[in-house]
Amino acid sequence: MILLSAVVVLGVLSSLRFQSAGWPRFLTPALHRNLALMMLVFLTLHIVTAVVDPFTHLGWLAAFIPFSSYYRTLWLGLGTIAFELLAAIVVTSLLRNAIGQAAWRLIHWLAYASWPVAVIHGFGTGTDARSAWFVALSIGCIVSVTIAIVYRLLQPPADPLASARGEFRAGISRRPNQ
Amino acid sequence: MSGLRLLAGPDVGAGAEGYADHVRRLGQPTLAGRALIEALVRSGLTGRGGASFPAGLKWRALASASKGSAVIVVNGAEGEPQSHKDRLLMTKRPHLILDGAFLAARTLRAASVVVYVGEEHRAAYAAMERALRERHEAERRITRMAAAPHRYVAGESTAAVHLIDAGIATPTTTPPHPRERGVAAAPTLMQNVETLGHIALIARYGDAWYRSVGRRGAAGTLLVTIAGGVAKPGVLEIEAGTTIAEAVAMRGGLSEPACAVLLGGYFGNWLPAAKAWDLPLDAEALRAGGLGLGCGVVGVQPASRCGVCDTARIMRYLAEESSAQCGPCFFGLRALSDACSRVAERGTNRDDMARLKRWAAEVEGRGACKHPDGLVMFLRSALSTFSDEFASHPAHWRQQPA
Amino acid sequence: MKTETHMTIDRIKCDGHGLCAELLPELIRLDDWGYPIIAQGPIPERLTPLAQRAVATCPVLALALRPKSRPK
Repeated sequence: MILLSAVVVLGVLSSLRFQSAGWPRFLTPALHRNLALMMLVFLTLHIVTAVVDPFTHLGWLAAFIPFSSYYRTLWLGLGTIAFELLAAIVVTSLLRNAIGQAAWRLIHWLAYASWPVAVIHGFGTGTDARSAWFVALSIGCIVSVTIAIVYRLLQPPADPLASARGEFRAGISRRPNQ
Repeated sequence: MSGLRLLAGPDVGAGAEGYADHVRRLGQPTLAGRALIEALVRSGLTGRGGASFPAGLKWRALASASKGSAVIVVNGAEGEPQSHKDRLLMTKRPHLILDGAFLAARTLRAASVVVYVGEEHRAAYAAMERALRERHEAERRITRMAAAPHRYVAGESTAAVHLIDAGIATPTTTPPHPRERGVAAAPTLMQNVETLGHIALIARYGDAWYRSVGRRGAAGTLLVTIAGGVAKPGVLEIEAGTTIAEAVAMRGGLSEPACAVLLGGYFGNWLPAAKAWDLPLDAEALRAGGLGLGCGVVGVQPASRCGVCDTARIMRYLAEESSAQCGPCFFGLRALSDACSRVAERGTNRDDMARLKRWAAEVEGRGACKHPDGLVMFLRSALSTFSDEFASHPAHWRQQPA
Repeated sequence: MKTETHMTIDRIKCDGHGLCAELLPELIRLDDWGYPIIAQGPIPERLTPLAQRAVATCPVLALALRPKSRPK
């Protein structure tokens, strides 16, 4: 959850073209990518340990088909969904050259869905979900991501040509085939 | 020799020549297929849309690329504000143009023809539409009209393709060029209306006939628009190789003393008058001198007008006509235009002059299309032609109409 | 035949993120408005890995490396 939250925040900062005196622009998307891959490793570990845990009796199927487990069906199902969304995002990012920018962008937007699903999954299934440290950590993550997203929504587009391009296109568009 | 070929026939003031009259006067084309393409190559006919590319070579390339699905775009968009020749040809001799278009369609095995005319050029649009209705069913069936939006870049090849395909007339990245992948991803012939008119005549009379007129070693005829400080501004059909001075004389001579000439419209070059008068109006000859015929606009600049202020005015227009797709073009052209306007309004200063030179070098070649390059070429020719005026321009902004 | 690699840019896709100039300052600098000015000519072999990274890092896939063969 911590890694995923960091990844989302870095993703938002990337679109905002964040930079500072000691932090060049390229560092943000680079860190975003590396943490995302690291998160995928930990996520795999998390799924494997959950499946082989003798207490939960989860089959491997539960890791891939949402809501197919008997153990905490809803909360686990959300986890499966989050995992699949993240897998789609990572795979399309690795294959971005092949699928093109438009398709990549469309799938990447699913990140905004995967994060809350993962967080809710954590609260629903986690055996430590009620403990103080987990709650504190979660609040930290939720607050960081929320601030980042709200800030992003309030900013004008980082692309300097966004409005001019839109204006020109609006004036020059015609129905094809008179 | 009157020089009239495209404009030969009924008086130009009489309106469009109808199909029946057109056929009665000129008969039908006799050259077709490979024979026509080779005749075009031998004729040396160059495109009249601005790039002056040899038409025969263009057709050869498309003939090999076409697999029966090629598209012919009849480009009558005429985005250059000072040019009127395409409109004149469309309103008076639409069937010459359509003949050229359908010759292209048959020769290049095209599946469709699109007639692209400026939406604001209503008379020309109507004339082409009406002429189309007079044609045979087989020709009408594969043809449609398309209106070019009233913007400078709308006539650019990729912008035209973009409009026809997707309804938005903004230039797109090349490669691929329209000749490889254009309308509906098919090889597309983008040909200016005047060029098609010449082709319609060459298909009847041959390349030797085309080359039988011309001055100073040039061949054929061409349409030019004489604008600015002349007694009778307007369109003229001249023999290729006619000098600018001779062409100006044909339009009644100068209306007042001139200091410079803008050759080729806004996408062209300023020249000092003394250098301009003896220049032959021929694409090849001008290219040899590092100049271009462009769309054939000869803008005569009266000495009473301020070259710096007019340059600033035209640069502002060109900057505002950027399609805002590429940063260097949108921001660079505005910055160049602002610097030039400051010189025009507040007087010469070293900083703005330095900016003009620096940004011109930075902006050149860094757009997806040639729009920024056109402005840079225009600006550099202005700095050269009006160097004295730029060096000591007073703080005025002559509110002279365009 | 010597195969040279050139960097090409799609000027319409480029949104002036500027990551390329940070990663390959030897060949790319930014103009006054944040858009890249790319040095003409083939990419020196020692810079090819950095060039590949710059191409991969572009958020809008505006850059590409294209081979061009010239007679030696």
